[in-house]
Amino acid sequence: MSQSHVKANEKHPLFPIKNVIGFVLSLILTFVALGLGAAHILPFGPIMLIIMGLAVLQIAVQLFFFMHFMESDGPAYHVIGLTIGIINAVAVIGGTIWVMTFNSQVH
Amino acid sequence: MFDRIKSFASDFFVTGEPMIYASDVAIVLVLAAIIFTLTFLKKWKWLWREWITTVDHKKIGIMYLVSALLMMFRGGVDALLMRTQLALPDQNLLDPEHYNQIFTTHGTIMILFMAMPFLFAMFNIAVPLQLGARDVAFPFLNAVSFWLFFFGALLFNLSFVIGGSPDAGWTSYAPLTELGFDKGPGENFYLLGVQISGIGSMATGINFLVTILKMRAPGMKMMRLPLFCWSVVASCVVIIFAFPALTVALALLMIDRIAGAHFFTMLHGGNPMMFLNLFWVWGHPEVYIVVLPAYGIYSEIVSTFSKKKIFGYKTMVISLMIISVVSYFVWAHHYFTMGASAGVNSFFAVASMLIGIPTGVKIFNWLFTMFRGRISMKLPMLWTLAFIPCFAMGGATGIMLAMAPADYQYHNSYFLIAHFHQVLIGGVAFGLLAGMYYWWPKMFGFRLNEALGKWGFWFFNIGFYVCFMPQYLLGFMGMTRRVSTYSADTGWTDFNFISSIGAYLMGIGFLFIVVQVLYSIKYGERDLTGDPWNGRTLEWAIPSPAPHYNFAHIPEVKEVDAWWGMKERGESLVQLNRKKKFTPIHMPKNSGIPFIMAVFFFISGFGFVFGWYWIAALGLLGVAICMIARSNNRNTDYHIPAEEVEETEAAYGRV
Amino acid sequence: MALSNNEAKQRSSKHDTSRLLEYQRHDGPLNILGFWIFLATDLILFACLFATYLVIRTHVDGGPTDKDLFEIPGFTIETLLLLTSSFTGSLAVYEMRNFNKKRLIGWLIVTVLLGIGFVGFEISEFVQYVGDGATMQRSAFLSAFFTLVGTHGAHVSLGIIWMISIIRQVVKFGIEPINARKVFIVGLYWHFLDIVWIFIFSVVYMTGVVS
Repeated sequence: MSQSHVKANEKHPLFPIKNVIGFVLSLILTFVALGLGAAHILPFGPIMLIIMGLAVLQIAVQLFFFMHFMESDGPAYHVIGLTIGIINAVAVIGGTIWVMTFNSQVH
Repeated sequence: MFDRIKSFASDFFVTGEPMIYASDVAIVLVLAAIIFTLTFLKKWKWLWREWITTVDHKKIGIMYLVSALLMMFRGGVDALLMRTQLALPDQNLLDPEHYNQIFTTHGTIMILFMAMPFLFAMFNIAVPLQLGARDVAFPFLNAVSFWLFFFGALLFNLSFVIGGSPDAGWTSYAPLTELGFDKGPGENFYLLGVQISGIGSMATGINFLVTILKMRAPGMKMMRLPLFCWSVVASCVVIIFAFPALTVALALLMIDRIAGAHFFTMLHGGNPMMFLNLFWVWGHPEVYIVVLPAYGIYSEIVSTFSKKKIFGYKTMVISLMIISVVSYFVWAHHYFTMGASAGVNSFFAVASMLIGIPTGVKIFNWLFTMFRGRISMKLPMLWTLAFIPCFAMGGATGIMLAMAPADYQYHNSYFLIAHFHQVLIGGVAFGLLAGMYYWWPKMFGFRLNEALGKWGFWFFNIGFYVCFMPQYLLGFMGMTRRVSTYSADTGWTDFNFISSIGAYLMGIGFLFIVVQVLYSIKYGERDLTGDPWNGRTLEWAIPSPAPHYNFAHIPEVKEVDAWWGMKERGESLVQLNRKKKFTPIHMPKNSGIPFIMAVFFFISGFGFVFGWYWIAALGLLGVAICMIARSNNRNTDYHIPAEEVEETEAAYGRV
Repeated sequence: MALSNNEAKQRSSKHDTSRLLEYQRHDGPLNILGFWIFLATDLILFACLFATYLVIRTHVDGGPTDKDLFEIPGFTIETLLLLTSSFTGSLAVYEMRNFNKKRLIGWLIVTVLLGIGFVGFEISEFVQYVGDGATMQRSAFLSAFFTLVGTHGAHVSLGIIWMISIIRQVVKFGIEPINARKVFIVGLYWHFLDIVWIFIFSVVYMTGVVS
């Protein structure tokens, strides 16, 4: 448990530059998604793919700019936990949609 | 006015069944006896101070164990009633409606209110002691979990005398459970009871995961963890990722019933199969939640009673973790017959069969551990030995069921019933009983009588095979599950009769276990060494029963079997006591909030069951107040003075 | 208690001042890790709700569809309110680490107000839909919509009450290890809800707009 990443004596920035960058990034990502959605320049599939990609970037922004994701006392167990959580979340959503497509086949 | 009260009461209380009137009388008498005894012996204060408000993991573990055994009794009586009804054709002991209720409560109780708390009893008793910790990571939350389970189970069992039991099976499939088909409060009891105890289970999963990750004794790296702790890690990982799915499935069904939504209805675009999907996203991992810790228990026992290091520690750990991950990708095998695409069925069939591989690895590792070991045939080892062939057979029939095309034949037949009883009794119940015998001296400070236990073991085991082997054949003969009776010309009479005899043999086995416990309380051999089995892990390094603070000095861990290693080097914790100064020990304070909060959950749940929303709201308000009170309480821990620690150790003769 | 405060501190819950305030007490790292794991479970809970929504999104039973209902200005305002509140919430933790009690409380209050604004807009959105006859009982699609978005709204409302309770404790006890841990954890919760909202924005609202 030697590699503690929670040292207090690191220089604390005088201006919350990281937080501001995060905020600006999240706004940009949101407006790009909105613009793409409203403009109807691409068909449904590709647009949704891009929008979902932007949403994934938003997760990264929240985690790294706001949530101090890499801070931990000892090994970063929460990183492993959240990673498995995300994999399982994708599995539940993807698996469910796949399993339940019987809807469209049976009729 | 009187008529109104009368008609209300006849709806509110379950009426018309002589069996239930008898139970009513029994319940009232037992309650009166308990209240009288507690008052007569002036034990109310003791009960509140020592048990209800406790946050000590050892006491919480004992409360889990007692509740689990009581629930095993109730679920067992349900099973005997069913087997009595089915022993001969065309019987009328239970009418079909009553039969539906009995198999529903049997299933729900056995898996959620017997296996789960029994498991949590083992977690609580063994994990902190094996880690060399003084309590779990969140002792207060641990108490909350227990009381949520307790009141969830109480709410569920209340349906027996008030309002009527649920009758749609333990899986509670929609649309049968929708308001249009199932008006009664029974289904609400199921939804609320399971939901409330489910919150507790989820909290337990988080609690023990953090405990194991963060509170190990110095030197105990992850790859030096006792295998039981590893199995708890695997089980907790499954708990935290599977239980939310149950929460959602039950919540959506409740919204359907209470708010008239259309998730799983047949009208307005609802999709009943979606309930099955969500239910089994939890339901299949759930069987791994209960069986993985049992694997851990077997690993401890096999190693201890063969006097050998476990064979293939690393492969044991890897196979545990593989099972916990793959278990998340098999859920659709519970409804192959739904008619999903061939791709879906193939994927889930292959994933289900894959689980057999790491499980097989574990079986071989246990066998190789025993190979050339000096095996001592004590009760825990006996149950472990019985587990291996039983589980291997259950696993093999599981592979048969996992083949999607073949499953169309076995689906919902008695073949399935026999299969899952074989893995759940042979795998889980045997493991839990083995664990109970193994850790009993550590919990209570005395051993259980071996002779009576052996009688119990043989009755239960022979009874098991007599009961369930014929059911495989009945399945092949076309008998489907959940039928309340059958006619003689089906030709099922003989096997059903044999099966019922087996069930009664198992019942006798359980009675022997009860007698064994009662007898041993009085005459059991005291365990003065703290290490009655010549154990290998840290829980055997401290006296039995463990002192409140567990370890006066926390030892340094140097290898996998920490206590065995210490013994080989001639070390002990008594030496540590002599070498080092006693220091004050930091402990969490007892609290009444978990109990009171769970009571409010119960009140709220009861309100929802009968649609009395003002009571439900009142209950939730109480829950919120409890949470805020806890959040503002800053006086949550204390120190046991060094002198008191020294005195306690001296009383054990360990200074 | 027989021990003086100082002794007790030294002996058990070592206040290691070289670490961040929220990790100094013995239970700080435990609670923070526990809360991260709780967030992972909450993630699965929302995943199940999203899965349900996606499966029955098209089951409108002749009633209003997502395209009919969702209007860009409404959900954009909600999104901006929540994104901004996530930003101000992170500033609260920043100020806490600068030991600036006044600003910490200030940013927490701003975060709560933005949260209340978000919930307000969401309620008015729901009221409008219900007024138009798009109730939860109308179709499976609407059941799933109200449940998914409503569950998120309930989480935010709970977060608001939680944050108010923590503001009260910061006012009373100042910036010390217990409060630091509480502020940090409620911050994690708040950012997590922002992540969930981004997916509601993308999966629910944008899908409706694009289709």
